[in-house]
Amino acid sequence: MTESKTMTLNMGPQHPSTHGVLRLVLELDGEVVVRCTPHIGYLHTGIEKGLESKRFQQGIPLTDRLDYLAPLSNNLALVLAVEKALGIEVPERAQTIRVLLTELTRIKGHLVWLGTHALDIGAMSVFLYCFREREQILDMYEAVSGQRMMSSYFRVGGLLADLPPGFEQQVEEFLAAFPSRVEEYEALLTKNPLWRQRTVGIGAIKAADAIALGLSGPSLRACGVAYDVRKAQPYCGYERYDFDVPIGRVGDVYDRYTVRVAELKQSHRLATQALHRLEPGPINVADPKLVPPPKRLLKSSMEALIHHFKLYSEGFQVPAGEVYQAIESPKGELGVYLVTDGSNRPYRVHYRAPSFVNLQALPRMVEGRLVADVVAVIGSLDIVLGEIDR
Amino acid sequence: MSEREGQEAGREAPVESLTAQHLRGRFPEAILEVKHWRNETTIVLRAAALVAACRFLRDDPELQFDFLSSVTGVDRQQLPENSPRLEVVYHLYSLHTKRRVRLKVRVDDGEAVPSLTEVWPTANWHEREVFDMFGVPFTGHPDLRRILMPEDWEGHPLRKDYPVEATPKWWEEEPA
Repeated sequence: MTESKTMTLNMGPQHPSTHGVLRLVLELDGEVVVRCTPHIGYLHTGIEKGLESKRFQQGIPLTDRLDYLAPLSNNLALVLAVEKALGIEVPERAQTIRVLLTELTRIKGHLVWLGTHALDIGAMSVFLYCFREREQILDMYEAVSGQRMMSSYFRVGGLLADLPPGFEQQVEEFLAAFPSRVEEYEALLTKNPLWRQRTVGIGAIKAADAIALGLSGPSLRACGVAYDVRKAQPYCGYERYDFDVPIGRVGDVYDRYTVRVAELKQSHRLATQALHRLEPGPINVADPKLVPPPKRLLKSSMEALIHHFKLYSEGFQVPAGEVYQAIESPKGELGVYLVTDGSNRPYRVHYRAPSFVNLQALPRMVEGRLVADVVAVIGSLDIVLGEIDR
Repeated sequence: MSEREGQEAGREAPVESLTAQHLRGRFPEAILEVKHWRNETTIVLRAAALVAACRFLRDDPELQFDFLSSVTGVDRQQLPENSPRLEVVYHLYSLHTKRRVRLKVRVDDGEAVPSLTEVWPTANWHEREVFDMFGVPFTGHPDLRRILMPEDWEGHPLRKDYPVEATPKWWEEEPA
């Protein structure tokens, strides 16, 4: 008698709780997951290949499409890698604006995570509150770059443009109201018995396993490992800011929730500090070979015209070599490995996408548990398929 | 810029090359090349020594490279130095000493690289991606399949001789 006891169920690629086009093949024994096999690649768009054929500055808009919930983090990783290869550092004001905007990006990314994660588990109203605040951050994106989502605001050597008038006021108002908003989310979830029932003790992973599986970001910190690239290998002057790295204890879905909510508060702290640090000054390096001259000079200065023409027709060369630049994106360690050959285009760009690595731990977290828990665990990992499939 | 480069190399090289020194002491034959650039250390290893060297780097009490950040590939076809053609690149990080190191293994087309899945389970998907995108086979990998491209895809997209823009040919039309 060879009667099969298990049933194979395809979850995705079109399933609302898989946050995009993730396909899981679940082998079920009743309602218990015996085996889970993720299949990815449905959103593969060849971004790394595309970057090889674009000049350094031209590649930035492509990177927005990786983790499309945190476009500025993707920009930042590439821009910092190119700057490292060039051996330059951007001025103080540009660094502060980068910190301010990437922290707002983290808040924005975590808000989408919280809203959709709660929605997956059945708490509908949290989603509406989170998107209300996210909208304000999108307005700030629009103010600085003219784009709500794919903003491409960071450039090699600095920024696209300085902050528009009234921007600081806009951020100030948002930051003043934000702590009370986080209280609202927490009032809905943190002590809610239904929420705790669905999250406490679900999908737990031990710290040693998490490290071996390469987890990073909030998913690793929930296991009690305080690894944050902003502290471990600071960039953009993070070593001068005062902030804590929240950690969890057992690494279950609930801990990942508490860690991210605590990070919302830390990002608020960082953004507030950055806002108060903003002082007038240049936003780009003073190198006409890297940064286009002001438009008004083009009609009066031959040099400016030549530089402008060269930059837009040919770009700039980066010395041959290789660098790895990691940043702390909302999802974890986002690393760019850049190989240059002395030309005006990257020879090879690899994105170490945190979601890609974190998703690999999913089978470990859900095998032996119920199907309903799969939804909770996927939500808690905060994956974005754009970044996984690249 | 060259002055700055010199300063950086002078300041950081002794600290970083600690890793290379330790590794050389233990596996004198394994290291083919050590490079420093922009405060980063690159160690090129013989493929045969990779797994033992990584185990050592992970377990050595002074180094403790316990975190494998990423594994990726480079097709060196269009670089001035391009033999062997393919390169597998490993980025290691130590949560204790907060240091990074880059390891490399170079192989020709079709040659296999030992898999690191026994040392770090996270290598699993990374190696599948390198296999998919560059066509480097990994020996000892538990589940070596394509990961981003469809199973029946032909070619390896991130190789330099793979066109950036091309329409895949799904069928042949019969001549009229």
